[in-house]
Amino acid sequence: MDNILRVESLRKNFGGVVALDGLTFEVQKGAIKSIIGPNGAGKTTLFNIISGMYRPSSGGVWFLGESITGSPPYVTAKRGISRTFQNLQLFANMTVRENVMVGRHCRTKTGFLRSALRLPGAAKEEKRTAAEAMDILRFVGLEESAQRGASTLPFGKQRVVEMARALATDPKLLLLDEPASGLNLRETEEIGRLIQKIRDTGKTIIVVEHDMSLVMAISEEVLVLDHGRRIAEGPPRSIQKHPEVLRVYLGEEIPHAQSPES
Amino acid sequence: MGKKNLFGLASLVVVLLVVPHLLGNPYYLGVLVWCGIYGLVCMGLSLFMGYCGQISLGHAGFCALGAYISGILTTRFGFSPWPALGVAMLASLLVAFVVGLPTLRLKGHYLAMATLGFGMIIFVAAGGDPFGLTGGPSGFWGIPKLSVFGVVLDSEVKWYYFVWAVVLVCLVALLNIVHSRVGRALRSIHGGEPAAKAMGVHTARYKTQTFLLSAALGSLAGSFYAHYVGFVNPHPFGLNFSIHLLTMVVVGGMTNLWGAIAGTALLTILTRYFRVFMDWGVFFDGFILVIIMLVFPEGLFVGAARRLGGFVSRKRSTGVPGQASRQAAGGG
Ligand SMILES: Nc1ncnc2c1ncn2[C@@H]1O[C@H](COP(=O)(O)OP(=O)(O)OP(=O)(O)O)[C@@H](O)[C@H]1O
Ligand SMILES: [Mg+2]
Repeated sequence: MDNILRVESLRKNFGGVVALDGLTFEVQKGAIKSIIGPNGAGKTTLFNIISGMYRPSSGGVWFLGESITGSPPYVTAKRGISRTFQNLQLFANMTVRENVMVGRHCRTKTGFLRSALRLPGAAKEEKRTAAEAMDILRFVGLEESAQRGASTLPFGKQRVVEMARALATDPKLLLLDEPASGLNLRETEEIGRLIQKIRDTGKTIIVVEHDMSLVMAISEEVLVLDHGRRIAEGPPRSIQKHPEVLRVYLGEEIPHAQSPES
Repeated sequence: MGKKNLFGLASLVVVLLVVPHLLGNPYYLGVLVWCGIYGLVCMGLSLFMGYCGQISLGHAGFCALGAYISGILTTRFGFSPWPALGVAMLASLLVAFVVGLPTLRLKGHYLAMATLGFGMIIFVAAGGDPFGLTGGPSGFWGIPKLSVFGVVLDSEVKWYYFVWAVVLVCLVALLNIVHSRVGRALRSIHGGEPAAKAMGVHTARYKTQTFLLSAALGSLAGSFYAHYVGFVNPHPFGLNFSIHLLTMVVVGGMTNLWGAIAGTALLTILTRYFRVFMDWGVFFDGFILVIIMLVFPEGLFVGAARRLGGFVSRKRSTGVPGQASRQAAGGG
């Protein structure tokens, strides 16, 4: 089988809190895989470990067959993993285009000396980076807002900028942490279409999301977490009927378009 | 770097060329030499604080290292000024590396604390003179004059042109850095470290490199100081001076290199022209810091432009809110 990511027996403790408790799963190349689960299930922690923000307490992560366990973010970014954040983390001190240009950081190389002297190579790279950022903004439909301060955009568009910035790193695997949280129905549909459009360019995407209609609409596979453990995994239809999943959600309906938290 | 900066540089050059002809008294020119010397440190600090979002409370220590090492090597070990300056800079880089490396990897205010400690150690060491080199609290005289391409810098006018030429070269280099991949990386650290990391920015390395750069500029300014005055003692290099440097950067608006130069010039001219500012130095620095932080967190110039812009647009009631400030802030 052609998996791009393999997570094995992953454990993460924060003091006494067990955020991930021996989690194992795989992600197929080119798929959209959703991860759902109640608040505190460990979804964001999982992203933090895959992207190298946290080290796991034990267990490992393999990306394209190689271990990236404990690799720092500047390494995982270069390898081809990028992410967005549950609580928006745009650079408020920059324009939209500059935000996306930062995404090109791991694919460019001008350092202090070369930029200080503005060597021809540095100027050329800078031009190319700006053009690439514009291409990506065009792809996500934000070229009009390129010169605006990132924090002046409406919230929904800021979420898209974050995705554009992540795309700018040229990732093979994109981790989206609650991309629809805080969005209205129309915006949620748009972001769903954008996620599919990104996948169609050959990227693999993992989406953490509470909005079940979005999850059902876009994912090939769903992984359900609770207390840092996998309780179900499979195609969206089967997950909806899974008894364990229904139990975790307190026997209620699977929450629909839940309001954002944090 | 954009048109605005080129225009700014051209204007600065014109002003620098005209000003000496308007000032009759060499003392006034001397004030501008000080503006240039302090400006060197403050540009580096601006990069470190405003772009990288870090705080140093010890940059007086790097100035002291530059001044003392230049002074000691030239007076006691027979070095010529330029090699001595080079050694001073290397030593400062080494010290900055030792202070910065462990602390810049950590979050929060470890670096502020470490630099505070470092500044105090240097100050106390200079006064205590443990190796019989610094002349203790009274310092020592006789530091030789600097010469550039065979011209001995023996007058205010010569120092004025020399120091400001160096400032201009550094300013161009730093502006280039700011408007590049590196500058964006630095600003991304200030904008949000987790996201910067996720984009592949090696945040610890960039912080360390910027700290080293600012330390080197501090050392350079210190060496110039020693050769300009011909005398060093510990007194000017205490914590007060670190705070004064910080104040100059903050007054001008720390997220802008031009602000660092303007703030330095403003405070230096005030301090040197009006004795009260000199006598009540620490008091004024504290006072100014509080006012700036509360009223003009983006610095006096941008802040005032915003106020003015807001005022004008309210009067005309046609302005787009925030328009003026965004334009004003776009200059750096
Ligand atoms: N940095 C941290 N320090 C201490 N505890 C943490 C930290 N990060 C997460 N936790 C804890 O780990 C558990 C999992 O948190 P995590 O943020 O991964 O959940 P989540 O599934 O993303 O939840 P949500 O749906 O609310 O975003 C929680 O109990 C949380 O309190
Ligand atoms: Mg979360």
